[in-house]
Amino acid sequence: MKRLLPNLLRLAALLVLIAFLVQPALFEPLLKPLVQANAPAVYNQGSLLSLTLSHLATVFAATLAATVVAVGLAILVTRPIGAEFLPLSRSLVNIGQTFPPVAVLALAVPAVGFGEKPTLIALFLYGLLPIFENAMTGLSTLPPAVTEAARGTGMTAWQRLTRVELPLALPVILAGIRLSVVISLATATIGSTVAAKTLGEVIIAGLQSNNLAFVLQGGLVVAVLAVLIYDGFSALERVLSRRAGRV
Amino acid sequence: MTFRIDKLGVVIAALLAYGAFLAPFANFRANRIVPGEARGILEALPAGLGAALLGFAVIAIVVVVLKTPTVFRLLLGLAALLALAILVGLSAGHLTPPENTYARVSPASGFWLLSFAFALLTADALARLRLSPLARVALLAAVAAAAAGLLVSGAWDGLSILKEYGSRADSFWLEAGRHVVLALGSLVAATLVGLPLGILCHRVEALRAGVLNVLNIIQTIPSIALFGLLIAPLGWIAVHVPGAAALGIRGIGAAPAFIALFLYSLLPVVANTVVGLAGVPRDANDAARGIGMTDGQRLFRVELPLAFPVILTGIRIVLVQNIGLATIAALIGGGGFGVFVFQGIGQTAMDLVLLGAVPTVALAFAAAIVLDAATELSNRKPGRAA
Repeated sequence: MKRLLPNLLRLAALLVLIAFLVQPALFEPLLKPLVQANAPAVYNQGSLLSLTLSHLATVFAATLAATVVAVGLAILVTRPIGAEFLPLSRSLVNIGQTFPPVAVLALAVPAVGFGEKPTLIALFLYGLLPIFENAMTGLSTLPPAVTEAARGTGMTAWQRLTRVELPLALPVILAGIRLSVVISLATATIGSTVAAKTLGEVIIAGLQSNNLAFVLQGGLVVAVLAVLIYDGFSALERVLSRRAGRV
Repeated sequence: MTFRIDKLGVVIAALLAYGAFLAPFANFRANRIVPGEARGILEALPAGLGAALLGFAVIAIVVVVLKTPTVFRLLLGLAALLALAILVGLSAGHLTPPENTYARVSPASGFWLLSFAFALLTADALARLRLSPLARVALLAAVAAAAAGLLVSGAWDGLSILKEYGSRADSFWLEAGRHVVLALGSLVAATLVGLPLGILCHRVEALRAGVLNVLNIIQTIPSIALFGLLIAPLGWIAVHVPGAAALGIRGIGAAPAFIALFLYSLLPVVANTVVGLAGVPRDANDAARGIGMTDGQRLFRVELPLAFPVILTGIRIVLVQNIGLATIAALIGGGGFGVFVFQGIGQTAMDLVLLGAVPTVALAFAAAIVLDAATELSNRKPGRAA
């Protein structure tokens, strides 16, 4: 029952968000005080809903690809066959995180041109790091008793990986994906400076025409999405770690 | 005598082979915005040097595939990186027709692949050697000195990124200064506010969840939106509060950028202070109380010194993050290296993008190495860190 109030708040936030995306005109009176007399208060250069959906699709595609690659690599370097790569991959993760997202985005443009592609690449590369780091931690810090027991019951290496190690590491891996998604949601807005279709368009249109209402609505939609997705992942992690016995 | 194969070496060797023999070494363009023509190593370098580089690549491939001593691999990687840096400068002089100031020569994929492969080799050797923190900082200083030497000597002057620099040298240093002031200044402000706030959150449990939640939510607001949202309140203050405008507080420019960076910086500082203080062993606190320390003495002589490494980790996160985020300040007129990045994107002049992006990455990288070393040192002797 302790979670009732926060959950009600989340539900309310979700409903307001959906209402705003479907019927933004309803909210015009609220945003009107923020703009000069004749300026539009609600984004009018495209549909907020479709921008939100393409924003989410970009983040989803990049995160999915990053998850597959990062978890695959983490599995590889935690097996005996890939152990030689472990020290390097740790330092690569450290080095990679010092690359600012804007720089990654800007450097991707000469390679692939303007539009969605550089944004996808930047989000993918930037999203790899937290997932890889967490997957590596999750897979290399399993309780030795459990892995020994799995070996003792005669499981093959593949069975140990899929039935014991991955399920136990899943909550930690999910925490990495959660971090990566939240960073990507915010970073994707910068993608609009290289012509990607994301909610950044709304914010940049606001910055260019000095329209505070645009900046606010673009920023708030991204922030609410990030908070809801963050909470959703946290809840999922709690359920999974309870099941995995790693509370 | 048996030769053993190094698995990572196989990956590096593949990168080297592709970078040296298949990918173009340099790009030649008739002017700064037309698409470039790719030039391989033999075309891009003066006769003899190209062949020498290819020969060197072949030797390097053999050396990295076999298990060789780590120190040897480190030296090979560093020497190769230095050689590549000098050669790419020479290729600019070689490819640019005499008296032609419009032509641009920039490093192409082959150069980047070779550099990446040798950087991997160096990074792997460094990771295996487990250098002491001071040795890592010394190595960073040596690399920085080498880069500075190349820049000053004019070896890179023919490269397109330095031609972009040449036409805006004054504004480069102005924006560099602004970038550093934004990133460091907001870090200092966030530490001054975040540290007491973290201590308060540690002592007053009722505050903790609330403060951390608010700071968490601030982190989810996209940076360009937060920068934009601060324009209006600051504009209002500038008009209505006497003296504010004289202090440089304006709706657009550095003030909203500074405040946005400050707000983003608070969470890591406060959260790490709370975590660090919570991790202080109960025994240490009890002992301090037992010998009659006051709360204040306990805080400054026991708790903060013990929590210092964790707090420093938070500061490292903030500094690296701020150096990256400060690029976005350019979108609201706050200056910094982002000015070149966004101008370059606007003009589709990638050399200009690089002029902004490369120093940003280098700064963030150097900051991370120095602060990591500092964290490690403070972990080793926590008693002296206060």
